[in-house]
Amino acid sequence: MNSPAIKKPVIHPIWLRVTHWLNALAVIIMILSGWRIYNASPIFPFRIPSDWTLGGWLGGALQWHFAAMWLLFFNGLVYLLLNTASGRLWKKFLPLRPAEVVQDFVKALRGKLQHDALDHYNAVQKLAYVSVILDLILLVVSGLAIWKSVQFPLLRELMGGFDNARIVHFCAMSFLVAFIVVHIIMVALVPRTLLAMLRGR
Amino acid sequence: MFKKNPGPALDTESILKDARRELALPSRRLFAKRALTLGGLSLLTGCNITDEPSVNRMLERISRMNDGVQGWLFDPKRLAPTYTQAEITRPFPFNAFYAIEEVPDIDGGDYRLEVSGLVTNKQPWTLEQLHRLPQNEQITRHICVEGWSAIGRWGGVPFSYFLKQIGADLSAKYIDFKCGDDYHTSIDMPTALHPQTQLTLTYDGQILPPKYGFPMKLRMPTKLGYKNPKHIMSIEVTNKYPGGYWEDQGYNWFGGA
Repeated sequence: MNSPAIKKPVIHPIWLRVTHWLNALAVIIMILSGWRIYNASPIFPFRIPSDWTLGGWLGGALQWHFAAMWLLFFNGLVYLLLNTASGRLWKKFLPLRPAEVVQDFVKALRGKLQHDALDHYNAVQKLAYVSVILDLILLVVSGLAIWKSVQFPLLRELMGGFDNARIVHFCAMSFLVAFIVVHIIMVALVPRTLLAMLRGR
Repeated sequence: MFKKNPGPALDTESILKDARRELALPSRRLFAKRALTLGGLSLLTGCNITDEPSVNRMLERISRMNDGVQGWLFDPKRLAPTYTQAEITRPFPFNAFYAIEEVPDIDGGDYRLEVSGLVTNKQPWTLEQLHRLPQNEQITRHICVEGWSAIGRWGGVPFSYFLKQIGADLSAKYIDFKCGDDYHTSIDMPTALHPQTQLTLTYDGQILPPKYGFPMKLRMPTKLGYKNPKHIMSIEVTNKYPGGYWEDQGYNWFGGA
């Protein structure tokens, strides 16, 4: 991108910011409606409090879930296509070395991890962002295996059958929720990152 | 029995039916009230309750679009997985929109299956006649919209065979089922003709017990549980979208697995 020399360089191009916020919207709808669907027949010995869920009843939650899935899917597709085509995916997230992840993680725990350069991710960030991309892909795949277990036999078998696909889907959701919690805490600690995701620099 | 009486009798019947349906719909009212929960609020910031019908209409429209997508994804030759006797879920769960004590008590002796709409042979069927048709069996997974699933063994007449017996117009869009428990649902023709779609007369080698839909249910392992009607009293082949008990409240119409 050739922005005027007087301005600070763009960290997050416009397509990235748009897909980030659309993804955030889709993910919130999917999680809150998904919790309501889970409550109709819990696979673990607990329910999600109804007030935290979206849809009002199973039918309403299913309508939200199967509407927002299109936003999640096509927005994710656009993100992955632009990210790979522009080379940003490799530039930002690679190389990803386990030793550096451990090193940066220890630093982070000691409060010594610097966030000076927003255009450069530390190893823990790289791992977290790559993991959440893979997790979203797993959510889509396991979700498809649940929604269309007869029409997609390969996906169903890959997930270990219909009942197991529900467990995979739930665990992938749990990871996503954990990511979001940490993500929001980190943004609160370094608010400049929120500005960068809004105005690009 | 369900007979199509023209004139005022029909009005009384449909009014009563609508009233019963409304009474059974507290969840529908709750939906309207509670869409603005924590989640709803965070999403609909800036909107108020008056915008709600438009949100519902949008969700309805997307759900109908998803019917189309599922019709397109549906492979008429793709079979649902089958299982062994040992994998059958015992006891197979009872499930309906009412409690097990309210299962209708239908007399098999004077039972007649009504057939109407785009068919050449509208002769009603006795149970005996249905049992004389060629039968097959399947051990398949019943998947409930709630998420649980159970494996059962069903026997009966391949539905495509039955449709040919009544001279159904196989280019029609829908088959509508009206049931002895006031349930009602409808399916698409490609699913009706699927090799595993079965007019079910037995469960696990025995005459279909009342709790599983005596005298007859429609078994489709390619669709969710609520699409599989029990206690079927009449079948209509039609091109007019018939909806269904749950579908009219917001469950997806195609309901494919």
